[in-house]
Amino acid sequence: MGLGDQLAAHVLLSAAAIALGIVVALPLAIWASRSEKVARISLAFASLVQTIPALALLALFFPILLSLRSVLGEGLPTLGFLPALLALALYALLPILRNAVTAQANLDPGVIEAAHGVGMGFRQRLWLVEAPLSAPYIMAGIRTAAVWTIGAATLATTIGQKSLGDPIFAGLQTQNWALVLAGCIASAGLALLADTILGTIERGFRDRRRSLWLGGLVAVALGIGAALFAQFGSGEDEDAVVIGAKGFSEQYILARLIGQRLEEEGFAVEYRDGLGSAVAHSAAASGEVDIYVDYTGTIWANQMNREDNLPREEMYRQITEWETANTGMHVLGRLGFENAYGLAVTRERARTYGLGSIEDLARVAPQLTVGGDPEFFERPEWIAVRDAYGLRFAARRNFSPTFMYNALRSGEADVIGAYTSDGRIEADNLTILDDPRGAFPNYDAVLLLSPSAGSNEGIIAALEPLIGAIDVGAMREANYSVDREEDKLSFEEAARQLAERAGL
Amino acid sequence: MRGSKGPALAFENVAKSYGETQAVQSVSLQIEPGQFVALVGASGSGKSTLLKTVNRLVDPSAGRVLFEGEDVAGLPLAALRRRIGYVFQSIGLFPHMTVAENIGIGPRLAGQKIDTSRVAELLELVELEAEMARRMPEELSGGQRQRVGVARALAGDPHLLLMDEPFGALDSVTRDALGERVRGLHKEFGLTSVMVTHDMAEALLLADRVLVMDEGQIVADEHPQALVGGGGGEIAQALVAVPRHQAERLAELSR
Repeated sequence: MGLGDQLAAHVLLSAAAIALGIVVALPLAIWASRSEKVARISLAFASLVQTIPALALLALFFPILLSLRSVLGEGLPTLGFLPALLALALYALLPILRNAVTAQANLDPGVIEAAHGVGMGFRQRLWLVEAPLSAPYIMAGIRTAAVWTIGAATLATTIGQKSLGDPIFAGLQTQNWALVLAGCIASAGLALLADTILGTIERGFRDRRRSLWLGGLVAVALGIGAALFAQFGSGEDEDAVVIGAKGFSEQYILARLIGQRLEEEGFAVEYRDGLGSAVAHSAAASGEVDIYVDYTGTIWANQMNREDNLPREEMYRQITEWETANTGMHVLGRLGFENAYGLAVTRERARTYGLGSIEDLARVAPQLTVGGDPEFFERPEWIAVRDAYGLRFAARRNFSPTFMYNALRSGEADVIGAYTSDGRIEADNLTILDDPRGAFPNYDAVLLLSPSAGSNEGIIAALEPLIGAIDVGAMREANYSVDREEDKLSFEEAARQLAERAGL
Repeated sequence: MRGSKGPALAFENVAKSYGETQAVQSVSLQIEPGQFVALVGASGSGKSTLLKTVNRLVDPSAGRVLFEGEDVAGLPLAALRRRIGYVFQSIGLFPHMTVAENIGIGPRLAGQKIDTSRVAELLELVELEAEMARRMPEELSGGQRQRVGVARALAGDPHLLLMDEPFGALDSVTRDALGERVRGLHKEFGLTSVMVTHDMAEALLLADRVLVMDEGQIVADEHPQALVGGGGGEIAQALVAVPRHQAERLAELSR
């Protein structure tokens, strides 16, 4: 995929965040230079913000903005550009503020007395003396902020903002290292370029060489202008249908499948990829995202906070009713496959230990190591299964979903908590152990429409053929086609093949 | 020539305290137009504080200061400061401005532009080459910088020149030469000048009236001749003793 779009979005997001950081930091620094208390409090706050991991800071703005909707109205965006901008601007605050405050504190008192003595007022002192003398230091702070912000902006992908994080997260998911590298190189290159240009402006201020700082400012303006043109000059559709995807391969493919169908029907579509699981549901409920695929068990446990386990049809019926009543979302239907949690072992191990079901596993578990993704062992499903069968393992290890299968193959884990629609189950010759006690809930893939999309007949008509059309074999094959190490398909290609196989 | 009949500067019961500390204790005195007054005292005697009440870098805790008959507290701050030339101990040239820009800052703040010939004229007054105008302060020696400082103070055609330890940071040869030049300018332009210094010799040689301050009070107010002649009291005489002793030692050496 070309990265032009992501690069332009990345530039605009970073530039806006740094600009907002500057707009907040500079007046604060001026105030701080006149009040010890303000200096202490503002610097402490900025430092505190800095200790919050960037990923968490970005995610925190979702609930914050959501709660602000009651004050500022339902139109307030909770995902995408706005929260990313706010979080990154907060992040950019510290280096700018600290350098500006330090620069003010280190101004020669003799020069300041002279400014008073020649009759300068507050503004004249600020503009004629303090600003030009502090400018190189402030610029150095802006430079640091720019490098941080451009790096951290890759994380904006997780809250649905297009950025150079898109290829990084998509690539990490599918072990497409070329894609990861492309995203990293692009964002690192952008950071280096920004550092060089801002460094030139800083040097221009320091040596009082107008050509340098003016040239640097022109370069910054040109870069932002080019990004603006790339982003908006081509005329992005305001009314595009937004399709959400959580951060794993299946979701990316299904989003494309949905998108391709809508495009055939003449809709303009946009993708919000790599959303966190909880974010995706709230995003669709709030209308930030129009359509996404979720799983019955996830909604059951995480949204409805249910701990019991009902038969498949009854669970689906209750979820549909609950969504209509509580979020206004429309559950269009089930796609036809399940992406449940299951415990997977290699076929050789299944043979060696005679494993067919989780009951068999419970006997030998104390000799084995179990692996799972970081959230797996915290999930109520795992706890239910563990307690239902009395599973006690020798050791427990966390892997990212991508590396879990490698760990199983290399023997670093004997059993893993796997996803049943994962293409690697067939490809790696894995066996999913039976769950005779029904401890794992159902995870039927369901198509969810936001309240507004749910009342759009054109969208419903375009998507209805998907209901019941995708069996687990087709989904596994599509997942494998993007996850395998060689001969990978792009998500778009995989979606097209899936559509063909499903006879759409 | 100034058209004002009363004193150029009058202090009426001026006092300044910082918390418990009394920096200046109820000073009253008048300075006539054209006088060159030296304010002498040890550090902490309150001389700088008293000087700064004139252009309100310090606001007195009590009493008032009249500049050409007007209470300075009632004058717009910026306008007051632009009417008074001020030379700083720390020189205080703006490091990011050329010499010409430094000299022209007062008129610029008043919304006037200062032209090249006026800058050259001011530079000549302080015995600097006209081409210095384009230099940056960091390219100048300490003495040259303070000459620019004096030129800056004169740029607004002030009636009153305030100097706070103006030659304190300079070597003795430069200090001597610049002192003489300032004395010359004082006469040439009919200025009223007030100079704070801790150096009694400098005060005696440049001023025509010497005020000695101690613990916030004026303890002597004499002509230089009177001080050299033994007047002014104990504290003043202790200060006069220093240069006198130096002069005697020098005389002995040349014998």
